[in-house]
Parts: sequence; structure tokens; C-alpha cells
Amino acid sequence: MIEILLYTVLTLCLLGAVAAMVLYLVARKFYVYEDPRIDQVENLLPLANCGGCGYPGCRGLADALVKNDDITSLYCPVGGTDTMNRVAAFLGKSAPEKEPQIAEVRCGGSCGKRPRISIYDGAYSCAVEHSLYSGETGCNYGCLGKGDCVVVCNFDAIAVNPETGIPEVDPAKCTACGACVRACPRAIMELRKKGVKDRRVWVNCINRDKGAVSRKLCTVSCIACGKCVKTCPFEAITLQDNLAYIDPYKCRLCRKCVPECPTSAISEINFPPKKETPAGGGKGEGNAAVRVKDPTSPSATSVSDGIPAGSVGESDGNRPPQQA
Amino acid sequence: MEKKLIVGPSPHVHGSDTTQKLMRDVLIALAPALLVVTFIYGTRVLVVTGVSIAACVLIEFLIQRFMFGGKSTIGDLSAIVTGVLLAFNLPVSIPIWMVVLGALVAIGVGKMTFGGLGRNPFNPALVGRVFLLLSFPAAMTTFPAPSAAADAMSGATPLTYVKEAMKGGDIKLSDLMPEISYDNLLFGLHGGSLGEIAALALLLGFGYMLIRRVVTWHIPVAVLGSMALFSAILWWSDPETYVDPAFHLLTGGAILGAVFMATDYATSPMSKKGMVAYGIGIGIITILIRTWGAYPEGISFAILIMNATVPLINKYMRPRRFGVPAKI
Amino acid sequence: MSRTFKIGGVHPHENKLSRGAAIEIFPLPEMVTVPLSQHIGAPAVPAVVKGDKVKTGQLIASAAGFVSANIHSPVSGTVISVDQVPDAGNIRRPAVTIKVDGDQWEEGIDTSADFRKAETGLDPAEITRRIAEGGIVGMGGATFPTQVKLSVPPTKKAQFLLINGVECEPYLTADHRLMLEKGEELLEGVKLLARALGVEKSFIGIEKNKPDAIEHLMKLTVGDPQIAVIPLKVKYPQGGEKQLIEAVTKRQVPPGGLPLDVGVVVQNVGTAVAVYQAVVKRKPLIERVVTVTGKGIERPSNLLVRVGTPVTSLIAHCGGLPASAGKVIGGGPMMGRAISNLESPVTKGTSGILVMNDNESARKPSQACIKCAKCVEVCPMNLEPYMLYKLGIRNMFPEMEEYYATDCIECGSCSFTCPASLPLLDYIRLGKGEVMKMIRARKN
Repeated sequence: MIEILLYTVLTLCLLGAVAAMVLYLVARKFYVYEDPRIDQVENLLPLANCGGCGYPGCRGLADALVKNDDITSLYCPVGGTDTMNRVAAFLGKSAPEKEPQIAEVRCGGSCGKRPRISIYDGAYSCAVEHSLYSGETGCNYGCLGKGDCVVVCNFDAIAVNPETGIPEVDPAKCTACGACVRACPRAIMELRKKGVKDRRVWVNCINRDKGAVSRKLCTVSCIACGKCVKTCPFEAITLQDNLAYIDPYKCRLCRKCVPECPTSAISEINFPPKKETPAGGGKGEGNAAVRVKDPTSPSATSVSDGIPAGSVGESDGNRPPQQA
Repeated sequence: MEKKLIVGPSPHVHGSDTTQKLMRDVLIALAPALLVVTFIYGTRVLVVTGVSIAACVLIEFLIQRFMFGGKSTIGDLSAIVTGVLLAFNLPVSIPIWMVVLGALVAIGVGKMTFGGLGRNPFNPALVGRVFLLLSFPAAMTTFPAPSAAADAMSGATPLTYVKEAMKGGDIKLSDLMPEISYDNLLFGLHGGSLGEIAALALLLGFGYMLIRRVVTWHIPVAVLGSMALFSAILWWSDPETYVDPAFHLLTGGAILGAVFMATDYATSPMSKKGMVAYGIGIGIITILIRTWGAYPEGISFAILIMNATVPLINKYMRPRRFGVPAKI
Repeated sequence: MSRTFKIGGVHPHENKLSRGAAIEIFPLPEMVTVPLSQHIGAPAVPAVVKGDKVKTGQLIASAAGFVSANIHSPVSGTVISVDQVPDAGNIRRPAVTIKVDGDQWEEGIDTSADFRKAETGLDPAEITRRIAEGGIVGMGGATFPTQVKLSVPPTKKAQFLLINGVECEPYLTADHRLMLEKGEELLEGVKLLARALGVEKSFIGIEKNKPDAIEHLMKLTVGDPQIAVIPLKVKYPQGGEKQLIEAVTKRQVPPGGLPLDVGVVVQNVGTAVAVYQAVVKRKPLIERVVTVTGKGIERPSNLLVRVGTPVTSLIAHCGGLPASAGKVIGGGPMMGRAISNLESPVTKGTSGILVMNDNESARKPSQACIKCAKCVEVCPMNLEPYMLYKLGIRNMFPEMEEYYATDCIECGSCSFTCPASLPLLDYIRLGKGEVMKMIRARKN
């Protein structure tokens, strides 16, 4: 009996020793030197592996951060400036400067404002619907509402509002990784500067049809009338291809353009409520009402992203601030 | 425009096939065999089959309802098919509680743990059968004599009978074989699981499935063909030690396995090439187990083993692209 | 055993309701909208401006580049706009809108209906030139400019001309009627095409569900060593170029290759008739036969319609849009495009207008894939639709390239046959587009 036990134990020990030896030798022979700092930097990153930085996962970015001398062009949108500062301090390099950003949905064509003229019956995917036709409404540019952006969001930050049929971004969860921007077949999502106290003003439409056409399709479309361009004191608004665009880095949040817009296509968010309804009349109410959040509680996560890196410097800091 | 038109990608018409219809056709194909077996073994066949079906459906329903949520999938009839196939793999004398246990393993472990229909890597009915065979070998290998045949062999399946007899070593097959009537094998007058007997009725079902395009010929023909070829080579080499191919094909679950179990959609390869390779694998492993293995019957193990290779087969044995000449 | 292609294929219900309806000349509409992009390739460049008076057959937009086609006015009248107009899918595209005031033809066009043989000794280059001038495109639906197909590069040689009279799409009968009623014009067109290509032998492939057309054309070609009518076993998608070539010549076009790689050029019967009109009568492509059909349509018909006529007027002519209409399709039910804008015009590629009932229109809800392998079985290109679908749903486009998404001919057999009603082709088509983009990006 004892003998059997003894032999068993001995055999196992021997096997273990041989295996350990083989493993050791193989590990020695095939050892690849890797900068230990890559591991450490990786642990400083959020480890969300979202690919928002443009690298395949956090390790890819960590590798690039360690190997490149100049890391100002690298940026982790999820971790934001805090993380980049920590990484830069650890590596002894200078951190990139980025302002926090958020994904913005640029379509206000909710069900009531943009009549459905057909019923889509196919694979439940914006990309498929977009490649087929204009979508259930006649608008060639507007949101299809099938939620391709929702699917790709790794942070559960986007949900399609069943009332409006249009996705909404949760500012507390959005990390501006840009996945939704890439997923949207109509390029409706845009990463915009998060703004002081999360306040933002933007054109809530990307329709490039002539005004007469787009107005017929949707009551809150940009009709390229140019009133906002004339109103803006900071030259932040440009009109191109029948569409107005507010440059977030030039916009001073004066909100003068908002009531000027005849179709209430310009939206604002997180401003303290005005005495009268912002866009005047019921037309713009939906947009503003849904989006106005409590301005006293800024979102917990600090967020930002590095897409329009060049435009940071363009913001005109010399202009005297004007009060709206 | 008051009425909104529907807009969708092409094609705008759809064939009449549905999962439910395919499963219904499999059940219709199994019906003649069930009738024949009921005639041979009596009404307990219907009790075993009924309990097996009821248990499978109920277990799938409960798992779907309380663990998965969402819409119930029992309407696709696949649980009923599993129920019938499980019953066909059991002896008629099996205790009813074992049938229920087998159904629990088949559906609960074999199918639903992987996410339900289409995602299971192993044939659920066979998972149930092998579980029962390993747990209760006695109950699973005791077969009453068919009541409809006076001269039929009793107690064991022909395969077991031959295997046991050969274990002695000094018996020659030429002494043994005349005792076995091939007509009885064809018409089901011998001991065995419900689906092990009645070869002709099962083949009738195969014909029906071929006509209805439920299955293609590739897997059954590859299984039976490779079994016949391999056993024929052995038989020619030594007719006194190895059984002849006809015996191999007509006994055990060869036909049931080849026609109904190996062709299970989720657990068989997607390409024609792959189907043939998979079928040949099953045929060869079956004969190997029958000839040299510990068990008299091996097709259920053979199918499960080949099930495990299906992802690999799908990856490497893909259909040849249109316009690419065949490589030799 | 008659010929057909080997791999895959399905058998949808034929439903050729308008089989017996002779081709009817559709009256001129009040207004025509002529899109500038009715063909594959660069949109044509408009040659008219708002306010111009145009005659029938007058050039209103000229081909922009090699792969492009001329566009002619289908009516006489006044140009009221050259602007973006919503197409069948409500996408705005450039088009010329003309207010019709009559049917005054351009000088030099023979408008008589009688058959005339082509002048003898016509130079192949001249034939191709007249075809290009007439804006002829492939009329089976692909709308590839015909003159491009006729310009054989010096490294390749055409051996056979294959005329596609298969019309494998259910419901459609336009080509069928054309073969029956315009047989002589068709054969003259075939001879002109053969001359332009310099080939000795032409085949006309016709499926056996059109025995009258087979018989009629066989009678007309008795004793003609150049043209042979080939009856084919009925199977969808036999009208696919690669499938038809295999069915008739047993040759398979290599992946990514052209029919010319196996020495074949394929043209549709409609194209052949249009070639006859353009070369012999100098009549540009401004009208085509359109099948208006569907179970809810009162009088399923085959209409000879001017390009630019609104779809809604065709439907009205055949008894109007029934209350039960759920879907309107431009083309056949397997490959046609659903129309969301009924005001959109008939174009050079519109082979049919199919109105489907409510109960036929909606898709069945999809279920889980049971890996039945039926999609693999029916795929005429021998692809694995189930795998492409799974990859497509996950946006795994590089992997889709490895599974040869670009080989897909979008025939829809996989979606048609899927017992779980999965939208297989929807995602394969999406992935094919993305893979094409990737390949183009790599080349640049």
C-alpha cells in the first residue's frame, strides 16, 4: 500500500520536474525582450480596449506611448487629459493638450417633425437602410434611427429615444471615443467640444439640400437662409453646401443665433432656462426641452477626444468676451 | 399619400421553407419506423416515445421561459424531433424515469446550455443516449424479444450477440451467422433500441426527406458507404473473424444514425465536401468501435466524435469558389 | 436533359401573369423626368438648359468618359429644369425634366415600324459608334454601356456572342414578348452585335418556360449557321451573366474576371433590339418594354414606354394601384429595387413594375440560424452566405473578403431559401460594398 502511494507521488514529482524544466528552457530560448514600461503604461490606461485612440486596444496605445518620443499626437479619449498627464509624468514626456469632447447627434427630425412616407422592412441596420434608399422619411441626410451607433458604443452611452426615434447621448457615460462617428453611415454624429459647464450650441441638422426641398421634408431642417451667419458676432458660423455649421472652437455660446433660426434647427443645451422659450413658439420646444439638463451638476467623468487637433489653436483667444 | 409603401432590400419573395416545416418533415419521415416498431414491440413504444417528447418539450419550454427569457422556441418542433430521436435510441423496456432523465440531459445539457437550436455542437439526442448508456448500462442493453416474431432472437441485439459469442475466441463466424436471418434484420424482427430495428421503414423515411429536400444524400451515403467499404475490406481479409458488410449496415443504429442523427443540421458540416468527409469519419469510427472496441455498437460515439470536428471541417473544407478550377 | 448551370439555384414561383399580353404602346405622358445617370459609370453631362426646346431623339446629355452613355430626349417639348430630382428611393439625383408638347422627332431618324435589314458591309467600328451614339446600355437591369462591352481589348478575343433571353426573374415577361413580337429585329440586332465583335457564332439562351419564344426564334433561324437557339432548364438565377455562360458553354468565368476571359460577350435580348433600332433606324434608346404586373394589378401588361415616364402613370394605365398594394418594385421580385417614390421615372434599366400585395410584401420575422446549409447549397457562386452574414452583422469586413464577399452576384437565392428567414443578402451586400471600398483604398 505504502509502496503504491510512494511510487505515485514520486512519479508525479518527476513528471512535474521534467515539465518545469522543459517550460524553463523553452521560456529562455524564446524570450523576447519587451520594455517593462509598456505593461506599466497599459495599467495606467482605462483598459476599455475601445480602439478610440486609433490603436488596437490599450496595449497598442501603451506600446506607441513608450516607443514614440513625441506623444503629443497620441491621445486616450476615454481616460482624457488626466490619464494622459499621468502617463506623460510616468514616461517623462510632455502630455498632449486636448479639450474634453462629447458625441453630438446632429438631427432633430423626430417623428412629428419629419413625416414618415414609407415603411422600412429589412435588416435592422442603419447601414443597410442607408445603402438602399432615403430611409423612411424623404430626408437623404437625416437619422434612420436603427441604432448602429447604439450597437457600437462600448460604454452604453447611446440609446434611441422611442418617442423621437433619434439616439441620445448620455453625457455622463460618453467618452468621445468616436466609435459612433465611424459607425453612422450618414455621418450625423460629430465629436464636439464639451464646452464650459457642458454648454453647447450647434446646428441640429446636416441636410445639404436646398432650403425649399429640405423644409418640405422636415420642419426643423437647416434651410441655409444664412440668418445665423449674419447674426453671429464671432464669425463662428459658416454656410457651405446649403448647410450652416457652428465651429465649436469659435463659438462663444452667446446664443444669439438660436432665436434667429426660422426652423429652430439650432439647438442649445445646459443653459439656465430663459424667461421665454428659447426658439420662440412650439417649433423648437422639443429639441430644447429634451436636452436641457441640470446645469448645476456637471457630468462626473471628464471627457475629451483628439479628433480636430488642428482646430484647437484656431480658436480665437484674443477676442474680447461678449455677453449674450 | 395616405398609405405608406413598404421598402426593403431584395429579394422580395421568400421560399416556403421554414424551420418548423423542415422539422415537421423529419417527424413525418420518422413516422413509418415508429409504426413498425409499435407493431413489433407493442404499445409501450408509444409510451416511451410520448414521455420522451413531452419531457423534451417541457424542459426546453421551462429553460427558455425562466433562464433565457424572450419568445418561446418550442413552436419550431425541434424539441419534438429530439424527443423522438432520443426515444429511438432507448430500449422499449427502459424505466420511464430514465427517459425523463435522458431528456433532461439531452435538452438541458446537450442543447440549451449552448444557447438553443442551431448553437449546440453535439447532437442532443445522442448526448442523452450516451449519458444513459454510461450511467445505466444494464437497463440500456436489455432488450425484450419482439412480440411479433416467434423465431426472433431475444435478449441482445444481433451485434451484441455476435460480439459476445466471438469473445470466446474459438467460435467461427461461419457457425454463427446462419442463425441470423437477414430478412428479420431488414424488417425489424430482432432485439434492439426502438430505432435500431426496422431498417426498411427508416430508409423509407430517408427517401421522403430526400424528396422533400430536407437533407441531401451526402452524409447518409458517406456514412453507410464507408462503413460498407471498410467492413468489406476486413471481411475479405478474414471472413471467419470479421462480420460481413450487410450485417454491419442492417444492425445497430447504422441506418438511424446515418439518416437521422448524423444529418442533424446544427452538428453537421455546411459544405458538400465537408459532409462527405464527416460521413466517412463516422463510418470508419463506427466500424473501429464495433470491431475492436469495448462496445458492440459505436455509431453514437462515432457521431459525437465527428460532431466535435465539425467546426474544423467548416473552416478547412469550404466550397470551391465559382470559376476556380479544381485542384487535384 | 437540357442545359443549365451546375452550382446552386432555386425555383421561385414563376407567376408570369402578363405572359399573354401583347406589347402595347404607352401614350406620351405630360411630363418626363430623364435622370442623367441611368447606366453604370459616370453620369452624363447635360447638354441642355432650362427653357430649351427639344425634339424626340435629340441628345440632351452626353457621355462623360469611357464608361458612360449618351441620353436623348424621349419626347419633344420644353426643358423646365435641370436639377436634383428624387429617384425611386427618394434620393435626389440630377435629371432633366421636360414638359411634353408632342412627338416631333429629330431629323434623320427612321420612325417607321417596318422591318428593314441593315445595309451590307457595315464596318464594325461604325456599328459600335452608332451604338455609343444611341446611348445603348444593357437592358437586362445592369445597364452597363453596350459600346464598352463591344470594345474588346487587343489582348483578348471574343469567340461567342451570347444573347440572354432567359428572363429568370419571376413575373417579368418583357423579354419574352420582345422575342415573340420583335424576332426579326432581334436577330438583325444579334447579327450586328456579332459583326461588331467579329465573332462567327451566336447563341440565344432561352428558358424552357417560354416554348413559344423558343419555337418562334428557332423557326426564324432555320438554316442559319451563325445563330443557334439554346433551350435551357428553368432555374434561377440563370439570367446571371456567369450562370448563363456556364449553362450554354460549360465555361466558368474566373473570380473577378469578365466574360471575355472565357471568350464570351453576353447581351440581353432587349439590348439586341435596341442595337437594331440604333444602327439600322438611327433611333437612340428612348423607349423600352416594361412589364407592369402583380397579383393586385387589374390588367398585367407589357408596355412600350418612353424613358422618363412616371411609374405611377404606368400603374394607373393597368388599372391603378390596388388598395391592397404593400410594395412596388422596379424590376423583378428577386433582384428588383423597392420603390418608395411612385413619381420617379422609368429608366433604361426598368424591366418591370411589380406591385405586391400587403400579405406578400412583409418579410417573415427571422429566427435563429439552424445551420441547415441550404444557403450554401443554393448559392450559385458557391459561397458561404451563413458565414458572410455572421461576419457582416459584426462589421468584420476584412474577414468577409477572405470569404469572397466580392464574388456575390446578389441574386438573393440565399435569403430566398433560408428557413429561418434571415436577412442574409442584406448584410452580404453591405459587406460587399465595404470590401470593394477597402480594395479600392488599397489600390490607391
